[in-house]
Amino acid sequence: MARAHVTTTINGDVVDFLCEADQTLLSALRDELRMTGTKEGCGTGDCGACSVTIDGRLVCSCLVLAVEVEGKAIDTIEGMADGENLHPLQKKFLEHAALQCGICTPGILIAARSLLERNPDPSETEIRYWLAGNLCRCTGYHKIVEAVLDAAREMRS
Amino acid sequence: MKPPPFKYHDPRTVAETVELLARNENAKILAGGQSLMPMLNMRYVQPDHVIDINRVEGLSYIREAGGRLEIGAMTRQREIEYADLVARRAPIVREAILNVGHRQTRNRGTLGGSLSHLDPAAELPLVSAALEATVHVQGPKGKRDIAMAEFPAGYMSPSIELDEMVIGVTLPVWPDGHGYGFVEFSRRHGDFAIVAAAVLLDVEAGGKIKRASVTVGGVGPSPVRCRDAEKALTGEKGAEAAFRAAAETCRTIDAMEDVYAPAWYRQHLATVMTRRAMVAAFGRAANAR
Ligand code: FES
Ligand code: FES
Repeated sequence: MARAHVTTTINGDVVDFLCEADQTLLSALRDELRMTGTKEGCGTGDCGACSVTIDGRLVCSCLVLAVEVEGKAIDTIEGMADGENLHPLQKKFLEHAALQCGICTPGILIAARSLLERNPDPSETEIRYWLAGNLCRCTGYHKIVEAVLDAAREMRS
Repeated sequence: MKPPPFKYHDPRTVAETVELLARNENAKILAGGQSLMPMLNMRYVQPDHVIDINRVEGLSYIREAGGRLEIGAMTRQREIEYADLVARRAPIVREAILNVGHRQTRNRGTLGGSLSHLDPAAELPLVSAALEATVHVQGPKGKRDIAMAEFPAGYMSPSIELDEMVIGVTLPVWPDGHGYGFVEFSRRHGDFAIVAAAVLLDVEAGGKIKRASVTVGGVGPSPVRCRDAEKALTGEKGAEAAFRAAAETCRTIDAMEDVYAPAWYRQHLATVMTRRAMVAAFGRAANAR
């Protein structure tokens, strides 16, 4: 069967790619575009490791078909740092040691950024609810929440 | 985790979608994809055709007409969560939606998708049953309306034909100042509930209950209206003993049994969840005291 041709904007750049109609966005990012920062933890929408934004909305890329993003703007972890300059969230994750194995980190950073865009001054509870779709098996979440609070503080000043 | 191979269709209208459904065997509609995509990734379903309705025009709206709320099938759960109109006119829907999945899945998941998937413990079918919604479907022979009470044909099967699709829902609105409560018990926040309860109370001045709606999800194969509890509440003054007695009638509901919970446990949870939802609903009613 002919492969589908999809045109999108990824991290600000116009990107064309070919994919199978039955391929998820996650698989197109990783296997077609070799953007492997976005991770697969479950493929069922439970872990959030595959989080990206589509037109600014946080989604699980494992639960979207690649052909559905025709004409849309995708943001992934690869677009978070500005060259060598880490995003404040990334810096704070390092400072607070908010990661151990790191597999959940790209998804959590993307989710946290989308929270701070909407709510620059979230409470701890708001952070925990917003990140409820992102599982971490290592850190116990405490340091992640601290890092997000701290990054929010810094970004406000 | 990769979906099985299928042919992808990308219609622009409901008429086109319905025709594709009629013409193709073993076809599945892809709405928000938050139930279908996991099932495809796990290969629980292996459709030959996937019909993506994300580009179908005119299925996403929230509006008020004739004292009712009308919500399009492709309205994302997120739009419902943040809609002022819903918060004002049917606040129980907003409360229920905060229990549906999490941020990522609510951004994609739709009302029509949740109703069509019809998980026995899903929150949106439950509040639709509590509010006595009407489900609008369209097929090759035109449109028809199905009362939510008749919508489930059985476990995870809506009473619609293979060539029909859900296009929208109408929700009757309760009077201003009514009480509402939505409570669920799940293993983790965002999971499907083991048992969930939705209660609506219309309370008259002086604190007497004029009308009650009590519904539980996760107990039977589809939402169950607890008529005995409703009867027990009607005409009563809202008080702990009355709620306890009314909730106790839920212990005899015919309950499912599965690896997560035996029937007696679901029945027990039904009494606890309905009582808590009654207390919450009464506490919010403008005429409670
Ligand atoms: S891989 Fe998408 S939610 Fe886990
Ligand atoms: S750091 Fe290992 S899963 Fe989060």
